[in-house]
Order: sequence, then structure tokens, then C-alpha cells
Amino acid sequence: MKKVITLILACAMIFTMLMGTTAMAADKISVGIVNNPPSESGYREANVNDFISVFSEENGYEASFYYSIKNDEQLSAARQFITDGVDFLLISAAETTGWDAVLKDAQDAGIGVFLFDRMLDCDPSLFEAAVVSDMAQEGTTAVEWLKSLELPEYNVIHIQGAMGSDAQLGRTGALDAEFEAGTMKKVAQQTATWDEAEAKKIVEAAINSKEPFNVIYAENDGMAKGAVAALDEAGITHGVNGDVVIMGFDCNKWALRELLAGNWNYDGQCSPFQAQVISDMIQKLVAGEAIEGLNENKQIISVEKGFDAKTITEEDIATYGLGE
Amino acid sequence: MKIKKKSNFFQNNSQLLIPFIALILLVLFNLFRDPSFFSIEMATNNSGFPVLQGNLISILNGASELVILSMGMTLVTAASGGQDISVGALAAIAGSVFVKIIKSGEINAGSVILGFILCCIVAMIFGAFNGMLVACFNIQPMIATLILFTCGRSVAYWINGGATPTFTSGLINAIGSFIPGVPIPTPIIIVVIVGIIFALVFRFTNLSLYVQTVGINKGAARLNGINPTLIKLLSFVILGICCAIAGVINVSRLSLINHETILINIEMDAILAVAIGGNALGGGKFKLVGSILGAYAIQMLTTTLYAMKVPSTDIKAYKAIVIIILVVIGSPVVKDAITKSRLRRAQRKQAIAGGKGAE
Repeated sequence: MKKVITLILACAMIFTMLMGTTAMAADKISVGIVNNPPSESGYREANVNDFISVFSEENGYEASFYYSIKNDEQLSAARQFITDGVDFLLISAAETTGWDAVLKDAQDAGIGVFLFDRMLDCDPSLFEAAVVSDMAQEGTTAVEWLKSLELPEYNVIHIQGAMGSDAQLGRTGALDAEFEAGTMKKVAQQTATWDEAEAKKIVEAAINSKEPFNVIYAENDGMAKGAVAALDEAGITHGVNGDVVIMGFDCNKWALRELLAGNWNYDGQCSPFQAQVISDMIQKLVAGEAIEGLNENKQIISVEKGFDAKTITEEDIATYGLGE
Repeated sequence: MKIKKKSNFFQNNSQLLIPFIALILLVLFNLFRDPSFFSIEMATNNSGFPVLQGNLISILNGASELVILSMGMTLVTAASGGQDISVGALAAIAGSVFVKIIKSGEINAGSVILGFILCCIVAMIFGAFNGMLVACFNIQPMIATLILFTCGRSVAYWINGGATPTFTSGLINAIGSFIPGVPIPTPIIIVVIVGIIFALVFRFTNLSLYVQTVGINKGAARLNGINPTLIKLLSFVILGICCAIAGVINVSRLSLINHETILINIEMDAILAVAIGGNALGGGKFKLVGSILGAYAIQMLTTTLYAMKVPSTDIKAYKAIVIIILVVIGSPVVKDAITKSRLRRAQRKQAIAGGKGAE
């Protein structure tokens, strides 16, 4: 009995090996993708889905995925991909350190490495390119949009995320610069530590202080929703035809629907979509061309999107919205 | 005569002195800073209904979850001599169950009631789990509830998946915001109802007495025919129900649940409310009213700091300073000193009166 099972298993293994070679022979580019698990956040879910859809068989790829939130598991997965002999290795690391040896192995094996979403603490010669987000860019894009409205005056309620987090620092910076320059007036600036209900209380306090305001800049969608609830209770109009401009971040699908309904004005996003950019670069490398557009650290800063309630479409929500 | 009555009230309820002082100090400070701070006015909300508006309403409304949780926390503290640090996590689980039920179909009165009952049952089970660890296995309450504190928000995530599930319903809005036509925020009304239920339970059962007995001396309680295990377990189950109510109020406020941020850090505020309320954190005697006043004082402090425009980076430090002052005023050492000086003054008065009488 045991012999039969062994035989079947052996046959199966040989069969898969043959399958593997035939797939290789079909001239597909094999890529190994090491990422964080989609359950981490709505952002990560969108990121993972983006890579699955871009590095598909129809697009000429033979992709293997590995997800872990632990650095050591990611490292051993990357080693496995190198042993498997993939053509390209794509990494979004859990931690920024400890990757030098693996990247060196990849280089020695002639495997092209791309970093995405998160930068690694290593020598730039060890990878082809890194596609990363610049958090400060998000804030700048949003503030530029706000300035383009050319309101007669800017009295801003600024609701911050957890103090010191990457997203908070990036989204606060540009607005703080405007406050300092005196182009915008700070009616209130408080942290709600991403807590929606706390954001509502902050706006309630601002309303009760009777100081006039016409912009609410909330550093994520949830807190913007909290702010809007306070306005609704106080009978203050908001959105496209309202008295107060509402700005949020993250581009959750439900938030973009608020935009489409005209209840909010703007939603910014830290873009989770890096797959297409990397795919384009891989195609160039395969065709023997050089990659262009990198900065001195071999980075490409991904373009941050911002949606305006006046121009957003159902299609945008389907393409760029996070979550359900 | 009147003065004498008042002093009698505080002698009988001396523990209520601290939360009263805290509230009065905050009220005076705000009146001095900005006399219009407590003004209340009638406004019309965006649905066209009249609603009350003002800082006082904000404070009463915003403290609702904290008040309800601190009532339950007081019972647990008195019975077990320890605190439950998993109330925020448990409220997240309860809120998640509620959202799961009402989102599974059309939102109507039936599904809301079903959701509330089910989330109460789930919260009672988790509360009983905490209570079992404490009552049957004699684990320190803070350690026992550390388990749920650590994993509760992940459990809440599993129930719903998705980062921030949202929903829209006039019915949910009526729970978390205003019932159309009623100018008082619904959470305030819910707090009043919960308070009345607690008062009735204490009035018509011996729960309050049993809880105090168990908290003061477990052995003596057992000898008198009270089952300490059951009483402790019961206090955790009651806290579980409080968590469920707080969770439902919070998700209804904005028709959204974010497992990571819903009622975050509320366990610390609830424990603080119990402490400011003058209740012994080591168990035993307790006054629910003290904790309630303490909870409102905490919310008033936060609202005051918002109104003062304290920079967001400094707000926690300011909060800490005020809390240090309150806790020190309420400490046994200061309390003893005050009682002693009072006693001395009374003795001196008596001596003078005695001397006069002799003349």
C-alpha cells in the first residue's frame, strides 16, 4: 500500500516538474512577490489586489505570492524565490533592516529586485528601483487643491491623526506651513487619534466657540465623517453647495460615495497602486532598455491621487476606492 | 440650620466631596474664562428638527459611553478589588456583533432589537469569561482582563472583516444622534434610563449590599451565606451589558465601526472616573453617583481643553496635571489631614463655647 502511495506521489511530483518547465518554456516572466498580508488594512488589501491583477498570466507573468507580517518569514520566502530561480523579485518588507544578504544573493543569481511601498535600509546598488510613497506629497496635493478653490478666506478646523504617525506627519506638514505663512487661519487644530467619535467632539467644541470656519481638514475618512455628523446636528451645511468645505483622506469606497453625493468636497489618497509602474519597468528591462525617471536613491515617488467632488465618477470609485 | 444639614449630607457621603469639588472647580474655571461657555441654545439640524446645542449638551452627550462603562466598572471594582481593562475591546466586539446583525439584512426595528439582544448576550458571555478567571481562578482582575484587552479588537475585526463597515439608517441615527422632534441627544436619554435601572436594582435587591460585603471581606460574606464567586461573576456580567450598550451607542453615533479606534483608551478613563468618584480601588464600599460625576468631570475637562485651544501635542500633559491635582486631593493622606483640622477646629470651638458657658 505504502509503495503505491509513494509511486503516486512520485508521479505527481514529476508531473508538476514537467508542468513547471512547460510554463517556463511558454516565455512567461516569472516574478516572486513578497508582501504584507491583505488583512493588515484596507490599504494593503487594495495593494495586494493590484499586484494580483497586474502580474496575471494574461499579462505574460508567472507570479508567486507570499504574505507575512514578520520579517524573518519574508526573508526565508525571498530566499526560496531565489532558489526557485525567478526572474524578478518584488518586495514590500515588514521591516527596513536585515535584507542586505538576501539582496546580494539575488544580485549574484542575476535576479532583478524591485522594492515597493516601503523603502529598505540598504545600498541602492542592490536593487533596480523602488516605488515608494512620499507622505508629505499627500498633504501638499490636498493643500494645493484647497488653495485652487480661491476662497475669500480660509478658516480651517484641522483634525489630526495619532500624533507622530507617518500619515499624520505627512498630512499635517503642508497645512501647518500655510498656518505659519498666515494664508490660512487655524480655528482649531486637535488630534482625535483617528477616533471618529472624538473628531465629532472636537468639531462640536469649535462650533460652540462661535468662531467662524469654512474648511474642515480631517486626516482620514472616519474623522471627516465624525466632523460632518457634528455639522449636521448643528444645522451647518457642507459639501459642494454648502458653507463648509470637507476634506478627508484614504479614499475608502464609502467616503468616495459621499463625494459623489456632494456631501464632501475632497478625498486624498496614499496610493496603494504600484504594480503597473513596476510592470512597465520590468518590460523595459526585458526588452534591454534602461529604466528612466529614477531619483538619486533609485526611487520613483508614486503619484498621489486626490478626488474632487465635482469631477469624481462611479468608475473612479470602482477603480481607486478601498474596502467594500 | 440649613448649613448644618448640608454638612451632614457631606459627612454621610464624604466620598462624593471630591467629584463635586472637581466639577465645581471646572465649572468656575470655565465661567471665569468664558461666561458663555455653558450657554445652551435651540438650533435646527440639517434634517430640519429643533435640537439643543451648546458645550453643556456636548459634555453630557459625549460622556455617555464613559458614564455607562464607569457604572459597571464601579461594581467590578467594589466586588473584585480590581479593574477590568478590557471594556474598550469588549465594546468593540459588542459593536461589531451589532453591526454584523443589522447589516445582514434590511435595517428595521426588528433587526436593531435582535442585534442589540445578541450583542448583549455575546458581551455577557465575554464578561462571564473574565469573571470566571477572576472569581473561580483567583487571577488578578487586571491580568485576567489583559487577555481580552489584547485580542478583543482582533476578534471584532474577524466578526466583520473590512476596515470600516458603514451603514445608513434613520433608525440608527435616532439611537446615536437625535430622535426626530426630540431636542435632547438620545445617548443622554439612554444614560438616564441605564441610571434608573441601576437605581431600581439597588432599591429592590440586595445586590449593592452583597457586592460591598464581598469586596470588604470575602470570608465573612461566605459565612453569612453570600456566594462571593457568584457575586463577582455577576458584577463582570453586568459590566459586559454596560459594554454592549456603550458599543451600540458609539457605532450608532456615526453609523460606522472602526475596530481599531472605537472607544480606544476608554478603560483608563473609566477607571479614572471610579477613582475620582472617591471609590476605593481596592474594593468594598462604593457610590455609583461618585463615578458618574467623575465621568462627567473627565469629559468636561477634555471639552474645556478643546475650547481653550490647547495644542494637540500638549493636550495629554494638561490633562495629566489636572488629574494629578484631583487624585492628590482625593488621597487618604490629604483626606485625613482635612478631617483632623476640621476636628481640631470643632474642638476649639467647643472649648471656647465651654469657657463662655463657665463664665
